[in-house]
Amino acid sequence: MKVEAPPRLELVGVSKSFPGVRANDAINLKVRSGEIHALLGENGAGKSTLVKMIYGILAPDEGQILFDGALARISNPRAARRLGIGMVFQHFSLFEAMTVLENIALGLDARLSQRELLAEFHRVLDAYHLKLDPRRIVSTLSVGERQRIEIVRALLLDPRLLIMDEPTSVLTPQEVEQLFETLRRLSAGGCSILYISHKLHEIVALCDTATILRGGKVVGTADPRRETSRSMAEMMIGANLKEITKPAERIFGPPKLETQNLSLPKPTEFGVSLKDVTLCVRAGEIFGVAGVAGNGQNELLSALSGETLAPGAEAVILSGEPVGRLRVTERRNLGLCAVPEERHGHAAVSEFSLTDNASLTGRDRMAFVSFGLIDPGKATTYASEVIGAFTVKATGPGALAGSLSGGNLQKFIMGREIMQHPEALVVCQPTWGVDAGAASAIHQAIVDLSARGSAVLVVSQDLDELLTLCDTIAVINLGRLSKTMKVGEASIEEIGLLMGGVHGDPSATIELTEQLHAHPV
Amino acid sequence: MTLEFLIDALVTVIGVTTPILLAATGELVVEKSGVLNLGVEGMMLIGAVTGFAVTLTCGDSLGDFAPWFGVIAAGVAGAASSMLFAVLVLTLGSNQVATGLALAIFGIGLSSLVGASYVGMVIAPFNQAFPAWLAEDPIGRVAFGHSPLVYFALIMVIAAGWFLNRTRAGLILRAVGENDISAHSIGYPVLAIRYAAIAFGGAMAGIGGSYFSMVITPMWAEQMTAGRGWIALALVVFSSWRPGRLLVGAYFFGILMTLELYAKASGFSCLPSQFWAAMPYIMAVAVLAVMSARDVAGSEAPACLGRPFMPNS
Amino acid sequence: MRIRFEKRLAPSRFMLVATPVASVVLTMLLGAIIFQLLGFDGPDAIWQTFVTPIVAPYKWQDVLTKAAPLIIIALGLLLGNQAKIWNIGAEGQYVIGALTGAGLAFAMPGAPAFVAIPVMIAGGIFGGMVWAGMPAVLRTRFHVSEVLSTLMLVYVAMQVLNYLIGGPWKDPNGHNFPQTPPFTAAQTLPHVIPGTVIPPGFLVAIALTLVFWVLTARSVYGFSVRTVGVAPSAARYGGFDASRTVWSTLMISGGMAGLAGILESMSQLGQINLGFPSGYGFTAIIVSFLGRLHPLGVFLAGLILAVTYVGGQVAQTVVHVPEATAGIFQATMLFFILASDILVRYRLRLVRGARRAAAAGAPA
Repeated sequence: MKVEAPPRLELVGVSKSFPGVRANDAINLKVRSGEIHALLGENGAGKSTLVKMIYGILAPDEGQILFDGALARISNPRAARRLGIGMVFQHFSLFEAMTVLENIALGLDARLSQRELLAEFHRVLDAYHLKLDPRRIVSTLSVGERQRIEIVRALLLDPRLLIMDEPTSVLTPQEVEQLFETLRRLSAGGCSILYISHKLHEIVALCDTATILRGGKVVGTADPRRETSRSMAEMMIGANLKEITKPAERIFGPPKLETQNLSLPKPTEFGVSLKDVTLCVRAGEIFGVAGVAGNGQNELLSALSGETLAPGAEAVILSGEPVGRLRVTERRNLGLCAVPEERHGHAAVSEFSLTDNASLTGRDRMAFVSFGLIDPGKATTYASEVIGAFTVKATGPGALAGSLSGGNLQKFIMGREIMQHPEALVVCQPTWGVDAGAASAIHQAIVDLSARGSAVLVVSQDLDELLTLCDTIAVINLGRLSKTMKVGEASIEEIGLLMGGVHGDPSATIELTEQLHAHPV
Repeated sequence: MTLEFLIDALVTVIGVTTPILLAATGELVVEKSGVLNLGVEGMMLIGAVTGFAVTLTCGDSLGDFAPWFGVIAAGVAGAASSMLFAVLVLTLGSNQVATGLALAIFGIGLSSLVGASYVGMVIAPFNQAFPAWLAEDPIGRVAFGHSPLVYFALIMVIAAGWFLNRTRAGLILRAVGENDISAHSIGYPVLAIRYAAIAFGGAMAGIGGSYFSMVITPMWAEQMTAGRGWIALALVVFSSWRPGRLLVGAYFFGILMTLELYAKASGFSCLPSQFWAAMPYIMAVAVLAVMSARDVAGSEAPACLGRPFMPNS
Repeated sequence: MRIRFEKRLAPSRFMLVATPVASVVLTMLLGAIIFQLLGFDGPDAIWQTFVTPIVAPYKWQDVLTKAAPLIIIALGLLLGNQAKIWNIGAEGQYVIGALTGAGLAFAMPGAPAFVAIPVMIAGGIFGGMVWAGMPAVLRTRFHVSEVLSTLMLVYVAMQVLNYLIGGPWKDPNGHNFPQTPPFTAAQTLPHVIPGTVIPPGFLVAIALTLVFWVLTARSVYGFSVRTVGVAPSAARYGGFDASRTVWSTLMISGGMAGLAGILESMSQLGQINLGFPSGYGFTAIIVSFLGRLHPLGVFLAGLILAVTYVGGQVAQTVVHVPEATAGIFQATMLFFILASDILVRYRLRLVRGARRAAAAGAPA
């Protein structure tokens, strides 16, 4: 019998509870040295909690963490870094108003002089073929470049274990490929990687082993190369996948929602300006807008919903009527409803009850108001109807929005808008951070709404979602919208290029985008 | 006559500027760490009464050293009162605007209560950092004729600039004010850093307050800071959170306040004296308007300013 | 063993009501201890401050007199505080309101009561609005924080008051005191309830409490203000305009402070003198927080704070505590209410060495 080297990381019976949830329940996990190990699970399965304990941000309630076979006390991230554990966060841990180099310095515990730090920085960039300007202010960088700062910061530690939390959700397909190359190079050098994702094809392409979490428990370990995506997905969801049913024949009516050369300046220093956006969504059509986060999606949504007014009335047209200068409530009364990306604090008020959240957008269209006073009875009735029709799990219309799970709150928000019978509905990231059951219910509701003759515009970073859901698709990059393509006729490579290819050189990207606009592939 | 008048005026400007400069330097560091402490006025008053009381009490036994103890005590008292604020906003996550206001009201009340028994008493003013012969000619007066606190204030502004922009600890403090969540997830003790910054701000406000009761008028009077704590807060906004500009801005307000003194004393102005008394506040509002209009995006303020941070939720 | 805060799934309604009560009780306990330590008769000082004003004959009418302006100003402030728009300069608006009303009175000396009184009241409201309107312009046009601008204007208002009562409006028969001439009978509000000195302002306070109750609980406007305060992005999405909220809340709070100012000068003082600004505008901020930003709560909190005002004077004469005491009590109450805020949203838990157990479990 041969003696095996101890695993790089071993978790034994690790548990963690929060008020009302057992986020991790007796987790056992082994990561060998040099292994790329996937941690697979739906949103809310407990992946983030688990890695936060490994990185010392949270303390486990029970269980042990062993590193290279020895019991490890990881009381804070500094202790984790001392062991050689690096982490790249899903929501970056960067400081927007500071330079790249200052951000790097903040992530290192060693006290280096400016010159030593620069030398180290360039050593890592060269070793992994990465590009990054140390003097740039972070807020001027693309999302892909920002992630690179996090990666360089982790690599400077010469890590023995690198944790990557959902790293690809902000990258173009080309950037994902580049990231995978870096990770493979790292693992070849003996560094273990704990790779968190819910995207199955990435795990198949990259990982050696996969541990699947559901409801805070380990439900299985698999070799991604031997499993099918579908079998892993079913392990992850714990049920059979439900297909959305879409009528085979899609018939579109007249244009319902249009923009004409819609241009808007940056709303803030960190925002994106919209340039000459022209689009047309017909009755019964589902129109997808793809793109990497931070390319003007939120700006487009608020220009359509009325949160930002267009420079001219003709820039936004609803059912043939110019509405560009109308405000949110006026547009809503004409039948233009919207669901922004951020659920907490934008699409809903977490501190308010579902009844009050129903009043937030439904008060005029559903006639809760008389003489400036809201009829609480009508609002409650409407909230209950939404809860019933969209099977929202909540204690009732009095429940606080913040107490609902992501999926249930999203179902409530979507239901609140759809049951107002909009002429046109604009939705941003309808299934972001939502469990699979809720996601398919939301997709089905969007399809049903379009079948009743409404125009639907879906903005998403999830290309797979758009390709299954939409009839037509366009790509937004640096505030410009590409030509409209029919789904089924557009290739992933082409969309990837329109999304900006490999980020880092904005001028080249603009050129590329313009070329593609001039000569659609 | 004109030269002497100008020298007099300049010495007065330096004098009236010092307390707001001290308090504003402290507040700048606090705000850089992401906390808005509106209680400056209260902490200044607590410092003023403490400095006065300690100097008076120790005067017999310590002689010339008594004022130094007074200043140190003022700093400690200011820091101690700021801890009341710190526990509330940091550990208990209370609203920073309301809590700062409570500290201001509390400081006004407490200093009046403690100071009631000191009204009417006088101490030797804490001036003369240098031997008197150095300050005989006009240039000497401007350069060497001030209280040690004047030099301390100048040193502290420069030190704050150096600390924030040149040291690693300063970088971390700015990072905490820029993005507390990131700083926490990298592993910096956000709350501990903010506690330290608030204590520093409290000490500086306390020392600034002691300048009123120990240097300007070496006696205690209720609410003797007369709103200078609020001017210090406006000054931090005016400076765009940069120590260099803070220095310039402080002297600008110093000149305004000196004009008020001269207008009252000489009656040379055709405007009522109340106009000059209101002038620093009117100018503070005007300056805020100019500075804030320039920075529409609010990008110069520390991004987390005034936002509560609860690490375990 | 350590204490940990755990977020509640929903805010505790019990704590919402219990914590203000506890704050008042704790302030009384702490006050007794501190006064004892300072060499006064602690329990007696507390008794005189908090209980005597309620039980002593005639004192309760004083309480209502002090409560009226506190409640009126605090009602105005609660909308702004809900929207997180901080008007901390109500004291200045109170003064300018009174001065505006007085100015109108001096401009029409012979007007009968049915003209003079409504004009003066309208002038008071208008003056307060103008003084609060400046910070509104500064905030919506120039992005100036209203926290500082409203406060700076208090100091300016004080100088306006000093100038007017010591100069143009000085009472020629006032023995050179800085004060205005007294209002005439036609310019003074009568006592509405015969046999008492209950001021008309208190009845106004009761009526306004009910109006604000409906406004905050049921109206679209009240809903918009709450939404702007809790989630500004959601407010924009829901169709509520942020700068309109800044304007309306500042104008309402300024108008209410001005109203309190003119009512006070027309019924209590009968003129305006140096002692007119008595800190109601600052104390009202405490009232609005102690009342949990709810109109009914504000009404009760206004009565409690009025008790400390009257009681402070009683304690001053009976137990000889200094005048500043009332201010300390009020600030302490605000500290307690802010400190206990966390109990509404979080649950306090004693945890037995969780950190150690996590890292040092026995090897298997």
